[in-house]
Amino acid sequence: MTAPASESSAGGAPPRETLIEVRDLYKHFPIHAGFFRRQVGAVKAVDGISFDVRNGETLGLVGESGCGKSTTARLLLRLLDPTSGSITFDGQEIATIKGDRLKRLRSQMQMIFQDPYSSLNPRKTVGSIIADPFVIHGVKQTKAERKQAVQALMDTVGLNPEHYNRYPHEFSGGQRQRIGVARALALKPKVIVADEPVSALDVSIQAQVLNLLRELQRDLGLTLIFIAHDLSVVRHMCDRVAVMYLGRIVELATSDELYSHPRMPYTGALMSAVPVADPRLAAAKKRQTLSGDVPSPSNPPSGCRFHTRCWKAQEICRTDDPPLEPKDGGNLAACHFPLTDAEVLERVPSARNLAD
Amino acid sequence: MDTPKAPLLEVENLQVHFETDDGLVKAVDGISYSVERGQTFGIVGESGSGKSVSSLTVMGLTRSRNARISGSVRFDGKDLLGASEEDMRQVRGNDIAMIFQDPLSSLHPFYKVGKQIAEAVRSHRDVSKAQAWDRAVEMLGLVGIPEPRRRADSYPHEFSGGMRQRAMIAMALANDPKLLIADEPTTALDVTVQAQILELIEHLQDEFDTAVVVITHDLGVVAEMADDIAVMYAGRIVEKADTNTIFAAPEHPYTWGLLSSIPRLDSPRDEDLVPIAGRPPSLITLPSGCSFHPRCPYVREAHKRIDPKLEPVPGHPDHEVACLLPPETRRRLWAELQRGVKPDAARQGVMREEEAA
Repeated sequence: MTAPASESSAGGAPPRETLIEVRDLYKHFPIHAGFFRRQVGAVKAVDGISFDVRNGETLGLVGESGCGKSTTARLLLRLLDPTSGSITFDGQEIATIKGDRLKRLRSQMQMIFQDPYSSLNPRKTVGSIIADPFVIHGVKQTKAERKQAVQALMDTVGLNPEHYNRYPHEFSGGQRQRIGVARALALKPKVIVADEPVSALDVSIQAQVLNLLRELQRDLGLTLIFIAHDLSVVRHMCDRVAVMYLGRIVELATSDELYSHPRMPYTGALMSAVPVADPRLAAAKKRQTLSGDVPSPSNPPSGCRFHTRCWKAQEICRTDDPPLEPKDGGNLAACHFPLTDAEVLERVPSARNLAD
Repeated sequence: MDTPKAPLLEVENLQVHFETDDGLVKAVDGISYSVERGQTFGIVGESGSGKSVSSLTVMGLTRSRNARISGSVRFDGKDLLGASEEDMRQVRGNDIAMIFQDPLSSLHPFYKVGKQIAEAVRSHRDVSKAQAWDRAVEMLGLVGIPEPRRRADSYPHEFSGGMRQRAMIAMALANDPKLLIADEPTTALDVTVQAQILELIEHLQDEFDTAVVVITHDLGVVAEMADDIAVMYAGRIVEKADTNTIFAAPEHPYTWGLLSSIPRLDSPRDEDLVPIAGRPPSLITLPSGCSFHPRCPYVREAHKRIDPKLEPVPGHPDHEVACLLPPETRRRLWAELQRGVKPDAARQGVMREEEAA
């Protein structure tokens, strides 16, 4: 299945051009208190991140809840205004644009939401839900044109085009997620952000939607930003993965690099925590559990933000904030004491099969 | 008759049907399993497979006017289905405790966490309020809540998701239950917190020799926790075996489907997932014959009429499967699938061989 579709992106070897460039992006949500509602602090949801999204790739964002991965995605789509920093899309600065230019940008970037139940209006037919982007952006002016386009989209995502006049409640969870995908594809966007697209679905249905997303990406050359907390799903879907912790990117690498030799102890702990659907591997694993919870993003720890939960932390981790820089094996990681291969193998048995 | 001690929990031919305006919902349709002391039993299935209803029935929580329950549930020698509501109240939270999926909606938002745990203790033990409070603090400490005496004085909303789940476990274990039923105990949690909770349950189980029934859709969770596993589909158990067998030599096409539809950290990355076609059936109008037949890639004409029984696999008395395919055919199909052959191709290959034979 993989061979015929990969002539343009063979092996991933030629570096793809950069589509989105994020530099020093911040998003602080102010906390107000007291009679005068004065600002007393800020939730530092995204706290100085820089990364590139390359044309046609799938970039994964992973991390625990509250790490800022969804905020990052919403900033990219300009659903939230950044506190500071720059985002360039196709060479154009988009962090501050407004009005018509923003509307035009939105037709280039679309989103697929987590919950297929609350992201579709129950009072509208599927046909009009999928046609909404056409109406909003004034393309496909006549009704007949729209109907034809909608039915073509439904066919693309594997829905029966005859079900055009049905309502969302008549569809199952997996089919609803397909409706969401069809709506996101309507304007032929360059980028699709999928925020936990399968976490609300049953196991057997998850695979259908994941396969659909992969197929569409191959066929349409989409750039996909894929947010999930399930690390095995992320590995399956993504070319590169950014691991986030408390509003920062702490590790960024290709999937193969990241999963065969994570360098940041946090990444190692995340992978070690994934339950393995193989009793023998599970028994061989020395499970690395992180103690405690993620610290509050309104008052992140000094130095390396992970030091409060890190088993390798030393004095320097409490005082010096490590930069995101290349480590052994090519991963970019923000860590003073990156994991060695031996430490990785002990904690992440699945890395053993990937090592060579 | 003293050699084999009776299992702690014995469920036999349990049926739970609900009469609704739309028709009879066969949520659980004749399942049997048993759990020994100190053992972990995993029930795996998708939403609507009846996995939660079966365990709620064990707890006596499905006794509504429209419920039709038959079969037998024996716990520690007592019959639970026939027990009075008064007797059930003695069992619930005392001998059998339950952890639910969503810790926020299972803790009362108005009462302090310590008070809720103390109340669970006082409803089963004749102790003073102060003693019950001390027990609550002790339990919170045991499940790893830092500064338990101070945190017992907090409200549920002041706890993080993982802490709430710990508080629920503390409440469930406060009376040293013999059986703990964990219904999707980690589904709402991050992987790191999930690992903490699984470790905690295992640890407490070792310490108190509690039997655990873990209900989940996550094959990874049961692989790490369970000794034995039952796979449920449309209200029935379709396969039952020890954990190693379920993962190494599964016999039911639905189990194969589940295993091949999850991405694994150690499989080649560019391999496509093999989803199960279609979707779970309505429990009101179940398909005729084998209820998995509309989604089964290996269905034969006869399977649409004959209802398969859960029977031992020849040569493996502890491995039971409800499938009409002949055992040799199943084994050949599984071997093909493991080599990476897609279900359709595997079916064609094996069918051709059979025609030739």
